[in-house]
Amino acid sequence: MNNFQYKRVSSPAAAIAELSKDPAAKLVAGGTNLIDLMKYGVMAPDKLVDVNHLSFDAIKKEERSLYIGATVRNAVAAGNADVLKYQPLLSQAMLAGASAQLRNKATMGGNLLQRTRCGYFYDISAPCNKRVPGSGCAALEGYNRMHAIFGASSSCIAVNPSDMNVALTALDATILVSGPKGDRKIPVSEFHRLPGTHPELDTTLDRKEIITGLVIPDNNFAAHTTYLKVRDRISYAFALISVAVAIDLDGTAIRDIRLAMGGVAHKPWRLTEAEQLLKGKQATVENFKMAAELAMKGAKAYEHNAFKLKLAPNTMIQALKTASGVKA
Amino acid sequence: MSKKHLENADMETAMSRVDGRVKVMGAAKYTAEVQLPELTYGVLVESTIGQGVITALDTKKAEWAPGVIAVISHLNTPGVPEYKLQNQDVIQKQLRVFDSPNIYYNGQPIAVVVADTFERARYAASLVKVTYAKQQSYSNLEDNLSKAVVPKKAKSDPKGFTTDFLRGKAEAFRDAEFQVNEEYIQPSEAHHPMEPHSIIATWEAADKLTLVDKTQGSQQTAASIAKSFQLPPENVKVLSTYVGGAFGSALRVWPHEIVAILAAKKVQKPVKLVLHRNQMSYMVGYRPYTLQKVAIGASKDGKIVGLSHASYGKTSMYEEFTENVLIMSRMMYDIPNVDTKYRIVPLNVSTPAPMRGPGEATGSFALECAMDELSYKLNMDPIALRLANYASQDPDKKMPWSSNYLKECYELGAEKIGWNKRKAQPDANQEGEWKIGYGVATGTFGAFRGGASAKATFKPDGTLLLQSAIADIGPGTATSMTAIAAKNLGLAPEKISFQLGNSTFPKAPMQGGSNTVATVGSAIVATCDNLKVELAKRAAVQKPEWKNAIAKNIKIVGTQLINSDDASSKVEIASLFSQDNLAELVVKGDAAPGEESKKYSFYSFSVHFIEAHVHELTGVVKIKNAVSVIDCGTVVSPKTARSQSMGGIVGGIGMALMEEVVLDDRTGRTVTASFGDYHVPVQADIPQMDMMFVNERDPYLNPMGSKGLGEIVIIGVAPAVANAVYNATGKRVRDLPITPDKLI
Repeated sequence: MNNFQYKRVSSPAAAIAELSKDPAAKLVAGGTNLIDLMKYGVMAPDKLVDVNHLSFDAIKKEERSLYIGATVRNAVAAGNADVLKYQPLLSQAMLAGASAQLRNKATMGGNLLQRTRCGYFYDISAPCNKRVPGSGCAALEGYNRMHAIFGASSSCIAVNPSDMNVALTALDATILVSGPKGDRKIPVSEFHRLPGTHPELDTTLDRKEIITGLVIPDNNFAAHTTYLKVRDRISYAFALISVAVAIDLDGTAIRDIRLAMGGVAHKPWRLTEAEQLLKGKQATVENFKMAAELAMKGAKAYEHNAFKLKLAPNTMIQALKTASGVKA
Repeated sequence: MSKKHLENADMETAMSRVDGRVKVMGAAKYTAEVQLPELTYGVLVESTIGQGVITALDTKKAEWAPGVIAVISHLNTPGVPEYKLQNQDVIQKQLRVFDSPNIYYNGQPIAVVVADTFERARYAASLVKVTYAKQQSYSNLEDNLSKAVVPKKAKSDPKGFTTDFLRGKAEAFRDAEFQVNEEYIQPSEAHHPMEPHSIIATWEAADKLTLVDKTQGSQQTAASIAKSFQLPPENVKVLSTYVGGAFGSALRVWPHEIVAILAAKKVQKPVKLVLHRNQMSYMVGYRPYTLQKVAIGASKDGKIVGLSHASYGKTSMYEEFTENVLIMSRMMYDIPNVDTKYRIVPLNVSTPAPMRGPGEATGSFALECAMDELSYKLNMDPIALRLANYASQDPDKKMPWSSNYLKECYELGAEKIGWNKRKAQPDANQEGEWKIGYGVATGTFGAFRGGASAKATFKPDGTLLLQSAIADIGPGTATSMTAIAAKNLGLAPEKISFQLGNSTFPKAPMQGGSNTVATVGSAIVATCDNLKVELAKRAAVQKPEWKNAIAKNIKIVGTQLINSDDASSKVEIASLFSQDNLAELVVKGDAAPGEESKKYSFYSFSVHFIEAHVHELTGVVKIKNAVSVIDCGTVVSPKTARSQSMGGIVGGIGMALMEEVVLDDRTGRTVTASFGDYHVPVQADIPQMDMMFVNERDPYLNPMGSKGLGEIVIIGVAPAVANAVYNATGKRVRDLPITPDKLI
């Protein structure tokens, strides 16, 4: 870990000012990812701007939405009564992530910015376009069991490791940000990027902007949500495949549905075509299978992750069965 | 069967771990937590190539970094004197630390940065710039099978398990009506004890060294270091008071220990070196990646006609590592025709190390899965198949077992797990989304005993201090030794304290190979007997009838010495001290095995039962129930025995379902080094576990009637899981770990 300055700020404006004047500064909140990356020498910010004391720690039910502040701890959000009542999928996804200790520390804003767990990104002796642009991708022909099957590029096949982000994507959340040019709102589907030729950029957030919170619009999904995460052990493991399902069910008819997948792409993977197929249809295993097949269109596997081409649809079918209560 | 065996409930009420409180309170100081005045900190610089030569090592930036005291490498090492005595041409015993610019594996220590704080040393280590002349490295076993060799050990130990072996006819399985002929893969597994390896090296004088070190043998480490640095043996002292697990990773001196000693020599201050979690994958050994070919042939009635078993394991380029993968195939079942073949493949990897159940855990995975496969071919119950081939004496040594309660193990375990619920056909038992299966497998490990000594210091207030150099890497050695002494003397356990992990204490073996209780326990019995005889001698001054007292009949009850032969003749303990004006009584005892190993074959046995549920769509495996029935002779400390068995099952579940050190064979670099990538089971992965002990005395190994326990609790667990998964799904996974992707 390099030497760095530490500055605690008490206003969003001060945080933005620090980022504006120092291109190598980074925000720190829970630090559960950044500090790790600094210890590995993957990231070496010369200044840490501590945003833990900004007043973005509220969860509020608003007229047509639920607001969660950027510095709310994951554990707090996951156990919050309004979150459980209005957006239980988010709670399920967050509880499937990390460990109790990490969730106590990690924040909503930090989780949105969580970096990939690709082993080559972490190993500073390996080439990695995300860590050192232009150095190459060791994962392409390396050990890529955990890697992407959707939306990857020849520069990077890493995946976004967050569970929370998958649920936020399914739930059409909006990310609230603040920067030198004022405030703006970014739909979560546009917040995370595909790698393309610039895998060093995980998100569309500007370097000088800070996340202040997020908003999830009201919906009729609360009774039928499932976050199913398949992994190598039952806790503290990243997803081989995860699926977020939220259904607005009228008897056995699917009035509306949201589907997103984790562990498959550089960003949480929204399955819009599969949603379209299921919308207005009956909740039957037959239809779930058709949707899962459609969802896999365009998937591409590498040497060690071909199993995802089967595990992904299987997980999706199971998640749909669980969410809808349909057994056969 | 009369209820002599122990079940969970019997063990919960037994004596608790004597050092449990200090460990739970955080008061037990492990090596990395020890602070010394003037302490400095070393951080390793590692090679990032798998094979080649260092052509330049630029340490300037590191040397200029704040707090840095020295950067030491092959360019300026004070040197290890033993290296000069060795012939460069013969195969090396250990990696020679900083002895040349040669790189043999990725992750090899090539320099150490010493600084005034750990953080500064770590940062400076990142500034060392290394230039290599890189060569292609080879780390994949299958791709390099043509380089497989017969180990040199096979020549020096022709009766050992690494020598090509034939009993009866070779490949006799080919003549049998029912055959299994398959390949099994055990990937490399890291020991990953909770406590990372750590050392503090202090040169007290030019020829005098003190080490605080994580080791499974303080005396063996001291002797090895004394030889390496050509020091008088008595001038090297090793302290290893608390060891937070090791599983075999601390059975020898590793490069990082030599590095710390070299660094302390260079900077003339104590140096602390603590390995990073990731370094634990390749700096301190690992269970080697092993490919096995097993073929079994049987007749219709299940009688095995022939067994052929070959093993190919990884080793390093500079050192030969072998283990007893093939032992079970030679002795477990009554088979007339057996042939085995053991090969190693030198690769650009660090040297493996024995890991819990070394050899046998790997071998039993292949053998016990093949037995299971055979049972389906025969349409025979897997337990019945094993009983049909039960060996009533050791077919390998052709000697009677010292004791063997395998049949009781099968019977007790089958009842406990509900074996009758198992469907004979695979993939035939489902509840909702989950497929249900049951599996069984057998484990065995030699029951060993070596020589040891102990020292007792007895005080007038009836308190007893016992000392032995033995390590306690987790099984609760101080507890079991206290239990043995308490039983022998009649003393309350609270009156006894047991000190260990110090090379200046009486002689003990390394803690490994499940021999501590048999070896050190016997020395404790001898020492306690000597103490009683000594007390009787002093009692005879007061009451002459004590002259005839024999140790077995003497007990300390409360404040008195009692002879059960002559209940009326009691003496006050305190008076035995006051009559000679003694402050304490110091007694020693030695114990060594006799001729019994020439007459009997000594093995511990275990049978493991697993109920596994497998998700029909996602391939997720949940272990629902685990039952292990263990024949380890008399259980001397039931509660710690139970804990040790739980650890074995957990380790076996990890081995079966998730543990795998993966190398990128392009570079030989470990890609699953962190705890985020190398999965060990978490609490939620672990089911209800029932540990049962047959608890029948072994009459020959030692005075306690015990046999070893530490290894057999993991040996056989992984195949039991694999067999249960097959029973549930009809899918036979022959390459561990059994991750969800292999079951969909």
